[in-house]
Amino acid sequence: MIKLTPKLSQKLSYLILFLATVLVIMPIIVMIFIIVKNGISVINWEFLSSMPRNGMREGGILPAIVGTFAIVMCTTMLTLPTGVCAAIYLNEYARDNTLTRLIKLGIVNLAGVPSVVYGLFGFGIFVMFLKLGVSIIAGALTLSIMELPVIITTSRNALNSVPYSFREASWALGVSRWQTIRCIVLPNALSGIMTGAVLSIARISGETAPILFTAAAFYVPHLPHSIFDQVMTLPYHLYIISTQIPNMPSNVIFGTALVLLFMVLTMSFVAIFIRIYFRKHRKW
Amino acid sequence: MSKIEIKNFNLYYTNFHALKDININIEDRRITTIIGPSGCGKSTLLRSINRINDITEGVRTSGEINIYGENIYDNRTNVDTLRRNVGMVFQRPNPFPISIYENVAFGLRVNRISSNKNVINEIIEKSLKAVLLWDSIKDKLRKSALSLTLEEQQRLCIARVIAVAPHIILLDEPCSSLDPVAIRKIEELMIQLKDRYTIIIVTHNMQQAARVSNDTAFMLFGELIEFDRTEKIFTNPSKKETEDYVSGRFG
Repeated sequence: MIKLTPKLSQKLSYLILFLATVLVIMPIIVMIFIIVKNGISVINWEFLSSMPRNGMREGGILPAIVGTFAIVMCTTMLTLPTGVCAAIYLNEYARDNTLTRLIKLGIVNLAGVPSVVYGLFGFGIFVMFLKLGVSIIAGALTLSIMELPVIITTSRNALNSVPYSFREASWALGVSRWQTIRCIVLPNALSGIMTGAVLSIARISGETAPILFTAAAFYVPHLPHSIFDQVMTLPYHLYIISTQIPNMPSNVIFGTALVLLFMVLTMSFVAIFIRIYFRKHRKW
Repeated sequence: MSKIEIKNFNLYYTNFHALKDININIEDRRITTIIGPSGCGKSTLLRSINRINDITEGVRTSGEINIYGENIYDNRTNVDTLRRNVGMVFQRPNPFPISIYENVAFGLRVNRISSNKNVINEIIEKSLKAVLLWDSIKDKLRKSALSLTLEEQQRLCIARVIAVAPHIILLDEPCSSLDPVAIRKIEELMIQLKDRYTIIIVTHNMQQAARVSNDTAFMLFGELIEFDRTEKIFTNPSKKETEDYVSGRFG
């Protein structure tokens, strides 16, 4: 048995911690590397701006980009106002009773429901029962239900981080509770709310299961005309071209993955920049 | 008629009886201090006078607090108007994280007291002059309020209250986070403001009560033990508990 000196055990534990970190980071780096290496060759303006041709083996992925964009915009317009309002209610007004505790518990647990369950739920309610059909709006509503708990939770945390003394100071000047929220609490919570919103946009643009039965189409020969149209989306398109189409050129598959990855990562970086910017300018 | 008349006032935090049958008459344009050991209910009593306690969960009250003859616990009372008339300054200076100018203008704008820029500027100058801050900061009104020293911040908080033109100013241990020199200056300010406002101060500091106030109330375990002229409380109190406390035997 080798006796470890403090110095040696120190070095050894550093090494183990460092290796664990590398082990965690490695797959992500390798994945990005492989996707970029195999996919970069097909990325050009035509790939991004034209319709698919020859059974999707050639041409571009414009309808999938537009479809993803449309669904994400629609979802954000639905979730952000409602989510922030719900967060304001829960954080600023709701009294701590059994009902609000139940609601808060529900919100936390909703975040743990598998996404395919949301997809089937959305299919049942929006597509079948409300007869919206497989459409952008049905997909956006489904994604909204899935994303609302996340938006509410991050917004509540942002509101909660505004010091109570700001609210007290405002009330003591005869400013009503709503005016205090509007003029003091919200401006100071904005950065947190925005960061959460952008991160959830990034997340929903990559979701597949919830839109599988509610919005996504195998192939649509034209761009969507209204929110009641079916659309192609990037994640679903990626799934189809990787599994359903024989003789699919692999660089197109990787290229599509690269576009999706780029979109998601860009939004995550935007969120990081918002956070850094506001943290630097925040004085409390 | 006295300005603030507290009659058989009780307050409960859920099941805790925090204020027990308080009766007190506070007169116009005087400084009244409320003293007593921690947890005796002095801050709670102060926070009842502008009903900022309402927001705390589980608070129930009974009895009356009359300001100029009107019971502020009446259902018809507009709480926001009440709070504008009864300003409050807190233990820790709590300026908003915006400019000095905007801090003072905030109450004016949001309460729609005035939207005229000249009027606002005038009120801001007057309020900052009243707290003796104008001369030192008139050239940096656009700077963040958080760049000021703690003492200046507390003065700014007082100016922010004065700007919305209250009749009564409540101060909840306004000096507890300040150093002795700053405390002296804030005390001088309070004495100056007495001519225009009715001031009620909660303090831990008995010397401070003796230095600045005209009247002193002594509280213990949620009860008002004694209320009298400050000289009387500190030199010849009528209750044993008061004497023990002011002579430093406990608390």
